[in-house]
Amino acid sequence: MRIAICVKEVPDPTAVKRIDDGSHRLVRSGENTLNPYDRHAIEAAVQIKEGPAPDTEITIVTMAPESAGRSVDRALAQGGDRSIHIADEAAAGSDLLGTARVLAAALKRESFDLILLGQQAADSECYVMAGLVAELLEVPCITQAASIALADGSVTVKRQVETGYDTVKAQLPCVVSVSDAINDPRYPPLPAIMGAKRKPHEVVTLAELGIDASTVGAAGAATSVGGLSKPAGRGDTIVLEDDGTAAEQLLAFLIEKKVVA
Amino acid sequence: MAGIAVLCEVQSGEVSRGSIGVLEEAARLGAALGESVEAIVCGSGLDDAKLAALGGFGASTVRVADDALLASGIAQPVVDACATAQEAGGYRYWLAAASIMTADAMAGLAARLGAGIVIDAVELHAEGGALVTRRSGLGDSVLAHCGFVSAVGVVVTRANAFAATEGNGGTAPVERFTPSFRAWSQAVTLVGHEDAVETGPDISAADVLVAGGRGLGDASGFGPIEELATAFGGAVAATRAVVDAGWYPYSAQVGQTGKTVTPKLYVACGISGAIQHKVGMQGSGTIVAINKDKNAPIFDYADFGIVGDLNAVVPQLTALVKARG
Repeated sequence: MRIAICVKEVPDPTAVKRIDDGSHRLVRSGENTLNPYDRHAIEAAVQIKEGPAPDTEITIVTMAPESAGRSVDRALAQGGDRSIHIADEAAAGSDLLGTARVLAAALKRESFDLILLGQQAADSECYVMAGLVAELLEVPCITQAASIALADGSVTVKRQVETGYDTVKAQLPCVVSVSDAINDPRYPPLPAIMGAKRKPHEVVTLAELGIDASTVGAAGAATSVGGLSKPAGRGDTIVLEDDGTAAEQLLAFLIEKKVVA
Repeated sequence: MAGIAVLCEVQSGEVSRGSIGVLEEAARLGAALGESVEAIVCGSGLDDAKLAALGGFGASTVRVADDALLASGIAQPVVDACATAQEAGGYRYWLAAASIMTADAMAGLAARLGAGIVIDAVELHAEGGALVTRRSGLGDSVLAHCGFVSAVGVVVTRANAFAATEGNGGTAPVERFTPSFRAWSQAVTLVGHEDAVETGPDISAADVLVAGGRGLGDASGFGPIEELATAFGGAVAATRAVVDAGWYPYSAQVGQTGKTVTPKLYVACGISGAIQHKVGMQGSGTIVAINKDKNAPIFDYADFGIVGDLNAVVPQLTALVKARG
């Protein structure tokens, strides 16, 4: 079994995030981390390897600046065997379609049986990458998997939909995005973290993937951001660390806001 | 390219209210842009007379693909149907209200057409003769004005962003078309379905909801949550993750595939705040989040957040609320 997992580096949730006034792009120069939702996809792959398919090879695939190596290592530490890191300045500013084109080109070079993604990116809240990539690869797509079972060259997935639970099945190769309900990702032990750097890392450019740079990145974007504005609605958030008095402070806040009589 | 196509989803035999809301918004947008609006409906055994009523919500024509492949709520055959409709209609924009199926279908369509896609749009504006969306970002702290460079633009609107009215009672002509299905689009098959079972009280009427997520640890973590809800005179809600894990009944689930709630007070305990959950509760009056993970996205859209141990904070809060009672 050959499993690829598409992962994303996202700004650290603790960092103050900012959108650049000129480019209208998220500033990614601060502290970054592996998209937490992707950890569920990696855990799902590790469970396949520990269970029904021990000969599985798990490949981490990402499109990110070269500086994203640490997030790739983080994904490898959690259970990846090797990584394909598409790093090319011309890929910067890719929109959803451009990102999907780059990932699909990298995935097409090899024959993966199962391509996994997390349910969404924590920074953009994008939840459609699986559908985009699957269509470009012309393979079946199943999203929001709450469980995955493999048998006889096919994958069976239970997923929650608006009317209840569906069980769906498809022949491999297949793209599957997993919900955060699928598992509780384990934190990698220290030796795995130390060992990640020694795993095979492949850094590739758009040219090496045969991608016409004018179809991706800022140059090839099919969408544009013309401006930014402030939404109406919620005011500031008060966030405090509990020092034993947080419950009292919360109640005082609710009384002041007249939420509690 | 001309005209706006709205993918109208049929769930349990009815066009979804979310789809109708987007259709009405498309009609306002179409009037401003001078573009006609057509409804695209996919399903099996559909009733044309019933679908003609979409004319009362702004559709000039209702185009219907009726095929057994479109019966199961699987997105890829719908991609094929939309692509077939696009070949005939040459639409400039495609719109759909976010659901499990439509988001995947619109993603597939955008990839097929090489069209730009904007998701999670909360407003649709006509600016300079084109559609410019407002797409919420950075935990809803900023609205990005997203438009299209590509000839065709695809938009998935945030679930519940556009409320449907009762319409004007009008009708529109219904035209059937035959999709051309691709091999890979037929590869996913539905092998089983369990209907969601409503077992508990109706949480959508509660003034106060105390909600539990994965951070509770296990099913027993709902004990203190129930006590807090009782102290507030409210009800208990849950995330998809804990419902899928069997910790709490589906009837309490809030989110895209659960209920949409608007209580005066929503207390989110051990909930990370994934978008599927957010769309079901963001209309709440005051949002409180208690989570030991200070990185949880829910802190971005809470009014009051506590980074701390649920096992300490929740019982303390319960005692304080009870003491006032």
